[in-house]
Amino acid sequence: MSWENSLPLLIFLSSFAPGLVIFVLDEEQHTLRTVLNLFGAVAKLAMVGAMIVGLLEDKVYETRLPLLPGVDLVLRADPLSMLFITLSASLWMVTTLYAIGYLEHAPNRSRFFGFFSLCVSSTMGIALAGNPLTFLIFYEMLTICTYPLVVHRGTPQAMLGGRVYLIYTLTGGAVLLLAVVGLFVLAGPVEFTDGGALDAVAAGNADALRWLFLLFIGGLGVKAALVPLHGWLPRAMVAPAPVSALLHAVAVVKAGAFGIVRVIYDLYGVNLAHDLGVLDPLLIVACITVIVGSLFALNQDDLKKRLAYSTVSQVSYIIIGVATFGLLGSIGGLLHLVYQGIMKITLFFCAGNFAETLGIHKVSEMDGVGRRMPLTMAAFTIGAFGMIGAPPTVGFISKWFLGVGSLAAESGWVLAVLLTSSALNAAYFLPILHRGWFKPQQGEWPEEHSYGRLETHWMLLFPPAITGVLVILLGVFANMPTGLLQWVEILILREYRL
Amino acid sequence: MFFDAAFWLPLAIMAPLTTALLLFLLPRRSGLLTVIGAAATIATVFLATLLVIQNGAARHTLGGWGAPLGIDLTADGLTVLMLALTAIVGAAITLYAHGYFTHPVHDATARTRYANFWPLWFFLWAALNALFLSGDVFNLYVTLELVSFAAVALTALAGKPAVLAAAMRYLLVGLLGSLFYLMGVVFLYGGFGVLDIAALGAVVTATPALAAAAALITVGLAMKTALFPLHFWLPPAHANATAPVSALLSALVIKGSFYILLRVWLGVLYPLGETIAPYLLMALGAAALLWGSLQAIRQTRLKLLVAYSTVAQIGYLFLLMPLLLAERNNLVALAGVVCFMLAHATAKASAFLSAGAIQLATGDDRLASLRGLMQIMPAPVAAFAMAGVSLVALPPSGGFVAKWFMLDATLASGYWVVALVIVAGGLMAAVYIMRVLAPLFRQVETVEARRVEHVPLSMNLSAFGLAVLAILLSFTGVYVLEILAIGAPWVTEAGL
Repeated sequence: MSWENSLPLLIFLSSFAPGLVIFVLDEEQHTLRTVLNLFGAVAKLAMVGAMIVGLLEDKVYETRLPLLPGVDLVLRADPLSMLFITLSASLWMVTTLYAIGYLEHAPNRSRFFGFFSLCVSSTMGIALAGNPLTFLIFYEMLTICTYPLVVHRGTPQAMLGGRVYLIYTLTGGAVLLLAVVGLFVLAGPVEFTDGGALDAVAAGNADALRWLFLLFIGGLGVKAALVPLHGWLPRAMVAPAPVSALLHAVAVVKAGAFGIVRVIYDLYGVNLAHDLGVLDPLLIVACITVIVGSLFALNQDDLKKRLAYSTVSQVSYIIIGVATFGLLGSIGGLLHLVYQGIMKITLFFCAGNFAETLGIHKVSEMDGVGRRMPLTMAAFTIGAFGMIGAPPTVGFISKWFLGVGSLAAESGWVLAVLLTSSALNAAYFLPILHRGWFKPQQGEWPEEHSYGRLETHWMLLFPPAITGVLVILLGVFANMPTGLLQWVEILILREYRL
Repeated sequence: MFFDAAFWLPLAIMAPLTTALLLFLLPRRSGLLTVIGAAATIATVFLATLLVIQNGAARHTLGGWGAPLGIDLTADGLTVLMLALTAIVGAAITLYAHGYFTHPVHDATARTRYANFWPLWFFLWAALNALFLSGDVFNLYVTLELVSFAAVALTALAGKPAVLAAAMRYLLVGLLGSLFYLMGVVFLYGGFGVLDIAALGAVVTATPALAAAAALITVGLAMKTALFPLHFWLPPAHANATAPVSALLSALVIKGSFYILLRVWLGVLYPLGETIAPYLLMALGAAALLWGSLQAIRQTRLKLLVAYSTVAQIGYLFLLMPLLLAERNNLVALAGVVCFMLAHATAKASAFLSAGAIQLATGDDRLASLRGLMQIMPAPVAAFAMAGVSLVALPPSGGFVAKWFMLDATLASGYWVVALVIVAGGLMAAVYIMRVLAPLFRQVETVEARRVEHVPLSMNLSAFGLAVLAILLSFTGVYVLEILAIGAPWVTEAGL
């Protein structure tokens, strides 16, 4: 196996192997665990960087192992997988730092970081999967590895959240399995291909393909939290903050959304999906999800729950983008895949900081928190403005493309949905900002910890600061050469076979 | 001679049989004898396996007397897969039993009784190998009886009153099942005048004699395989036996009788493939899967839960019967069934072994008392969890490969209801596995206060090793398919 062809496997192993080692480490081997974590994260990031450079030089990175008759385990780098993998590798790095600070004195750290690493490995596998079976394998592996993280605290609420999570995701996985096997029976061993892989079997099988599409979306929609399959997400909020951050930004929810992108662009092909007429129903579901998620978010007093419903809404922006037939909308959707991750992880880091430092879990307890923790509150503000879609944050860029795209596709009502959603986003984020910055503090903080000169532990403060700055920087320099926007444009042109 | 698989076939029976006899005669040397005996058995089995894979199916005529008079040993792809499975799972259980039966929690009388495990287990190993190697329906009967007797004696080893009752019931069911099978063989011999499977396969036609034989053989073997609704004897026997024996019974003994059923249907009874019989077996399989899973979900004791899981999973073996028989070269369906046997044997053995380790250490196997054990006994818990992944058939695991083949075969032939049953079975398995795993994550305040017995490394190692194997089986689908095609009389040309 040449160097290029083992690189995708190595990227997977760079968190999988440390994860396995971490399991057998003693609780007190703090340094070794941290070194392993960070070494894995840095090595992965370096390899992803090398891969991006290589892809620009038209190199091929593909690991292929025989798995089942006719179907291999394929890990392959393509522009779309790079989008997802760069996002998760970078955010994993930041989240690892955050998690080390967050769980400093909590029990069962070896177990936590072990599953944390396996979780990220699964995400890498999902990103690099070159065919539906490989995707399914890592998708299910992600389900399994996330459960111990969700129930990490071991409290009755955590167990309940974990149970609901498993019921939803395992059922979704079973539906996805049926879709994958059904497709295998219908079309043989197809692999993800730019522009779609099913043209050869499309003739005469339109109805079968529509049913399979329904199964695919039904299976993937659970993790992508499409309404009405979103019920697990707010309950999974019992997980520790770094887990919520990862779940919402790069791992579980994003895996579902990424899977839908894969199915539409690289399995069916956007043109075929459009011809089959399956995009419009999906667009409607996504629009409903955007609105319903925001409406639910309005009434949540629990900060993390509010953020969770916000995720339900925001992830469906991605789906709106890919379900809108047209270049601009598609670009907006893929941009949001990345941008939503950075914004949401910032918000969750901040929520975690409020909870860890001051014991604040509810929006109603946040009065005057901006004075006590100005940096965290600033990062939260940036994230919130990003979610609303205000310039110059990244949220504006993706919403701009989505809006223009919906006009270009002559579905102006989608624009109305987007504007309504922005208004709703403002309605549930601005009161938080108002409380934090402008209201005076009411009495003592529920449970205050002191961390010396800084407002909180530096390992908790740096991650949201970094991602918060990124939300602005990536927005201001969106169109820089070889930047994300150009990458996505090239990618979309290939998907539309233009 | 040494490079001929046929040379090694009788040795694969003789090695464990000799060991069993020596263990009877020299019980004091059991430590050394078991190691040598297991090593010799494994070596012969693997030589035979490799040579069959390399050179094709093999046949050994004992004493030079060929069929129809003498005894023939035959080995094709299916045979060597079962032999190898028995060797691997058997080796792990042997290792485990060394730690388990000599553990200080057992009192002196119990340990004296447990000493009988060794000769009985090697006798069972010999009988299983003989069963897999038998090429005619009468020899299959003999080996079936031998397996049953060894299994019943092993069950009774636990010595508790509950287990003696269960073992007695097991014995009666076993005898009745064998009797049915034997009557079926009589019909075959009366109708067609031969007993060799290959010879029978060449002359059978759909006559009333064949139908009678099919009914008797199927009922007898379904009883022994504990197919719903004939499963009533299994849960008490499997749950009350000692842990290594539970693992042997669930992983290997059940597979022995199913193996005969598969062989006889594919090789002899296939003219009845278009009748209602295979559909009936499929329906019972579906019922077993759903009923067994429901019962497993309702259990409050760990080993009973695992035992009912076996009742459920036996259902998978029968679900594809119509597919196997309608097109006799449906290699994908056959691969599904065989991969399932491999995956189930490794995962279920691991589940019973880790459950046994937990029970030994805590003196308790109620699900409620599993709380917080994850911190105290991580190795058995991790083993059980990985075995659980395979039992639920989530990827990556051997169970998933089996499920993939089964779904592929059923959907390709339009049996989408069966596909739904398969998927539902997986989800129900997830529920009962999580009933075990979820309490383990519960935070308990009194971790330090909880005293557990030390579990020897050998027990943890074997339970964990089998669980890892159950996961690694996910990469074997291609090879299983290739090996199955070796010498398979029902494969006209590689059925893909």
